Formats: sequence, C-alpha cells, structure tokens
Amino acid sequence: MPVAHALASGMGGIRTAGDLVARMQLHRKMRLPQAKEYVAEKLGVGLDQLADEVSMRELREDLDIGVITAVPGAAKGLAAKSRIAKLLDIEIASVERLKEKMR
Amino acid sequence: MKGGAITRHRTRMGDGRVVEMSTDEIRADIEAGTEDAADKGQIEPLTSDEQDYILELMTAPYRVVAVQPGNEVVLTDDGSAGALYGPQSSSGTGTPVSREQAIRVYERGFCLDTMEVGHPDYSFRPVKPIVPMEQQTIESVLQSTIIPIYYGAMPNLALYYDPDGPFGNPADFLPKAMIKEAREAQVQAAEVCRRDMIYISKKMAEVGADGINFDTTASAGDAEFLATLQTVEELANTTDLSIEVGMASEFVLGMHGELEYQGKRLAGMYPHDQVKMVEAAGAHVFGPAVNTSTRRSSAWNIARAVALTKACSQVATIPVHANVGMGVGGVPMSETPPIDMVTRASVAMVEIARLDGL
Repeated sequence: MPVAHALASGMGGIRTAGDLVARMQLHRKMRLPQAKEYVAEKLGVGLDQLADEVSMRELREDLDIGVITAVPGAAKGLAAKSRIAKLLDIEIASVERLKEKMR
Repeated sequence: MKGGAITRHRTRMGDGRVVEMSTDEIRADIEAGTEDAADKGQIEPLTSDEQDYILELMTAPYRVVAVQPGNEVVLTDDGSAGALYGPQSSSGTGTPVSREQAIRVYERGFCLDTMEVGHPDYSFRPVKPIVPMEQQTIESVLQSTIIPIYYGAMPNLALYYDPDGPFGNPADFLPKAMIKEAREAQVQAAEVCRRDMIYISKKMAEVGADGINFDTTASAGDAEFLATLQTVEELANTTDLSIEVGMASEFVLGMHGELEYQGKRLAGMYPHDQVKMVEAAGAHVFGPAVNTSTRRSSAWNIARAVALTKACSQVATIPVHANVGMGVGGVPMSETPPIDMVTRASVAMVEIARLDGL
C-alpha cells in the first residue's frame, strides 16, 4: 500500500527532492508550500522541478547529496546527510553524533 | 459499464467488496458522507466543487488515479518494514529480510520520503527491556540511509492493564459501575506508560534518531492521549528529536472522561481539536485518523474522511500527515487494500484537504 501512495501522491524520496522537503517539515515544522519553497531556493530550482526525477537525478549527483542508483564513489549514508545538512542549513542528529565521535 | 440509460460505475464498499453504483447514487453518498462529518465533528461540510471533484475521482474509469504534477506530498509510514518481514497480523508478506534490509528497500526500491525502525511487537512496553537492540538497529540504519529515519511505536496503554500488565483493567471495572477504580487504574497506568515512552525515546535520541513516531495514539482513550502529550512535551523540551503523533481514530474515547491537557478536556476531541493539543505539546507532525465504515460505500467514506481532515489541516500550524491506510482515511478495511480506492483516497486527501503529507 505505501507503494500505491508513493505512485499516486508521493514526492519520490531520494529519486527526487522528497527527503529534502521532508526534512524541512520534520526539523523546522514547515508546512508543505513553505518547505518546498525553502528547498527550491536552496537548490536553485523551480518548484516544478522538485518532484521531477529527471532533473533532480542530475542535480543530486552534481551536489553529491545521494542518488537513487548505486553509483560507486557517490556520497551515501552519513556522507550524503552531512552534505544535505550543510546545503539546507539544518542539523541532522546522526551527523552531529558522528562529529562528536570525530572530536 | 452501461445498463440502459443509466451509467453504472464499478466501485467498492468500505469492506472492499466490489459493487456497481450509478452516478446519482455515488453523488448522494458523497453528500451524505460530508454531512455526517459536519454533524459529528461540528465542522463545515465540503463545498459543492469539492464534492464534484470527489465524484470525478470515483467515476473515473481508471484503476489508478494520481495528483496533479506539483501537488506531490511527503510520505511518512508507520510499522513500514514489518509489511515485508512480518506475518499476517502485521499485514506482512513474510519476506525473509532484516529490518535494515527492508528499510533500504523502502528507501531505494519504493522511494518513500521517510522511514522508521519499529519493533515487531510494535508497542513501547515490549521495547523497554530490549532497548539496546533497538538502539543498535537504528544506529546501523542511520549509517547507511539518506532519508529521515524515525523510531516508531504505539503507546498502547491497554498493555499496562490486567492480564498483560500490573494495573486493573477499566474494561472490567466499568461494567460493574466501578468508575472511581476505572479512573484510578487509567491514571496510574498512564504515568508508568509516560515514563516508559520518555525513557525509550531518549535512548533513541542518544544514538541520533531523526525522530519519534507515536502511532495509534489514544487507542485506549483519553488517558493514553494525555500520557502521550506529556511525553511529547518532555521530549520537545529536552531532546533534538522530531516528533510525530499519529492518532488511532477520529474521536478520543472518554474512558476516563475528565482528563484535561492545558485546560482542555480530551474526551470527545475530533482531529481539528486534537491537532491543537499536539501542537501545544511541541510536536512537529500530526497524523489524524478517520475510521472507515465497512457498511458504507467508498464514496461516503472518502468524502467523510476528507471533510474531517480538511478541517484539521485548515487550523494546523504544523505539518499534517493524514493516516490513509487500511481502514482509515477512506481506505477500505481489507487485508489487501484495493489500489483503486487507495489512490482515490490518496488523491482526494491531497487535492482537497491540502495536506502536507500522508
């Protein structure tokens, strides 16, 4: 059933900018229009591109913030999240825990 | 499908059965559903344009419908990975994957925007004795995933009552008119439940979880809702967790009847009041639930669910992610929720209720 929702209404996660918009809701309590505007501005794209998997695939690889396909050497996991945190100007807890371990 | 001069449409009932209904019958059910929501919730009914839109969805001759480009929303999911590895009781398919593997499948194969780790026995109480195992699992997931990861569980206050727990059961006291005893049991159990939920949530914060999801909140009534609100307040003030509160049903059952939070009685609250309590406690995301009636058509159920959810979304200051799953949000109560109605409920919720997510 989640797959049905993903196809009918979902943004698309790391296939597009879905995870980024989600983070602005989770971290800053932004409602959807505000969260989309914030992310679009940070990415330098129009609102209509946020859920466009073709343009977002390319942009995510350029920004190295994690892509949907398994590209050797591309940022994954914590590396991708640390770049996302910097891009969106937010703190991601698991990234902060890593920084604490590195001190 | 045509029968003489009247077009009949293939649709479903709230239990998932396929039926045929005429356009006028579907329209009448949409109107009745929204009127029922307005009456029960003391809210505005859907406008005629909104009802026409639902009619368009319900009579569309396609198996799957979708939102307009640009209107996509964020998806959060409760239980989630259990749908792959779990048994029938979790609506699971028994696919032999670990939770870590299942979450990677959801991130990369199903493209959800967020995910969560949850114990197979998906309540807070069973987690307490094995919390290091849950911490280890979520830590492992956080290392390798990119999407936000919650830890999810149900407050499930009923597990604290006899025979499963140490407190007397209100369901035993109330038929005997032992009101005082029933209320005392609920208050005592709620205090222990609150402490457990805070303990477990803080353990997840220690290892860097993005958030906590309280699922099916208020399933045991107003005492459980109060325990959850108090937990949210504590976590919002002392941790960096993002907090989602998802409800069990559209109406907070007054099993106690007199419990209040910030001066407001909790019993009897509908989603547009529930969200204000959750906001006041400090949560980040609210998930209203509207129950499906198996005796009514999907048109009735979807119209009703959208009306109640729209009223909630209109007054909310935090993101609203409606529960649109098996038996809630207009989706039929069926072990295999039919995709035709799931997508119709999904689209109606997004396009009319103006949600932030599902």
